Amino acid sequence: MTRPHQGASDCDFDVVAAVEVSRHYGRRRALAGVTGQWTAGTITGLFGPNGAGKSTLLGVLSTLLRPSGGTVRYGDRDARAWGDILRSRIGVLGHDLFLYPELTARENLIFFGRLYGMAPADLERSVETALKRAGLAARADDRVGSFSRGMRQRLAAERALLHGPRLVLFDEPFTGLDDASVERMIARLRELREQGAIVLAATHDLEIAEQFVDGGLCLQGGRIVTIPPGPEPLRARYRRAVEEAA
Amino acid sequence: MGVLQAAWLIARKDLTVELRSRELIYTAVFFALSCLLVFAFAFVGERTVVENAPAGILWVTTIFAASLALGRTFERERQADTLRALLLAPIERPSIYLGKLLSLLILLFGIQVVVVPLVGLLFGAPIFRAPLLLGGLLLLGTVGFAAVGTLFAAMLQRASSRDVLLPVVLYPVTLPAILGGMQGTLWVLAAEPNYELARTWLAMLVFFDAVFLTLALWTFAPVTSE
Repeated sequence: MTRPHQGASDCDFDVVAAVEVSRHYGRRRALAGVTGQWTAGTITGLFGPNGAGKSTLLGVLSTLLRPSGGTVRYGDRDARAWGDILRSRIGVLGHDLFLYPELTARENLIFFGRLYGMAPADLERSVETALKRAGLAARADDRVGSFSRGMRQRLAAERALLHGPRLVLFDEPFTGLDDASVERMIARLRELREQGAIVLAATHDLEIAEQFVDGGLCLQGGRIVTIPPGPEPLRARYRRAVEEAA
Repeated sequence: MGVLQAAWLIARKDLTVELRSRELIYTAVFFALSCLLVFAFAFVGERTVVENAPAGILWVTTIFAASLALGRTFERERQADTLRALLLAPIERPSIYLGKLLSLLILLFGIQVVVVPLVGLLFGAPIFRAPLLLGGLLLLGTVGFAAVGTLFAAMLQRASSRDVLLPVVLYPVTLPAILGGMQGTLWVLAAEPNYELARTWLAMLVFFDAVFLTLALWTFAPVTSE
């Protein structure tokens, strides 16, 4: 099971379900009737061409975006019923990395850990562990602005996981990572699965995704497109599904 | 986590970021100093000052320096989309507003610590005549302006023309706070001071601040929701 920090334990769920979720930006439709269910201990790949609605779906699941229609349930309640505490069980890695370049790696982690209400002793331990996992223990007191994209990406991923979220939403987690860091990220995602997290990872790196996802959700034009099962590589099946849906 | 605790965390983070970059402090203080020098050359001639000018100069300098700082308050949070990270945290949304407001106010009061003595020095304004009243007017006027400004800066942070729109929407709404602060200061610094009138303007500022702080705390969550 994921280990929530002290204070967040009042909120927990084993399943996240989206039912007929749609989202419009003015007249533009970003999501149209998306239905899906994700359970603890699984990693779901979120695939689709640019503008397909992947980031919007992650935004809705993270509670940052309100769906224009449909509902998202976290366990037996929706976001409104859970209130602010629900966000203490969600970890998000966005396109942009949610890090302050003027602060050091350690200061960034401590700031967000405190915002998530982590107890000082718990926070100190978690920050040290996170810095080691990100491979940044030696650069912990350097400003994030001096880091390479890959280093920031690793730190941002650990920042998103610092508070022990149940629902993990990663948008392009492999951006800027070298081969060794990709391997480490895959291992980290597998570890989250073993700990009972519900992981959704949007990515265009299908060859990498194939190594660790339990299932895939493909979007095109805001709608779900089914990727057919088969012996072919995921990339080939994805291409065929997207072409047929176009 | 309590609203005030989260607000203090955010304000402290903003101040740390500012102390590292010194971007706003330098820009706003140099702007304020330039303003004061221009006014000094324009309004001081043969050791005499245009009557009642210091109160206006003090407030024009403060407000324009504050506008510069306001624009950057949320711009910084856009760079790595950290405003979203704050919105994703399990804290009540008004604490983000309060944190931003608090850090901005600390910065503005820092600017006033430089500007007010210089107004006294360059324009011969009797700034120590009624220090508590003058301090109260500066405090409440600045809080009123910053309270509205922080809300508008948050509202416009996704607008592409936010730099143009912010002053357009901000100045008309904050005019009562600016005028209240300026009029009150005028009666404190005037050749024949009228403390009764100054206190009336102070009371008006209390009312303005209470109304707009309440409105801002009430509307911040909806205006930052996507």
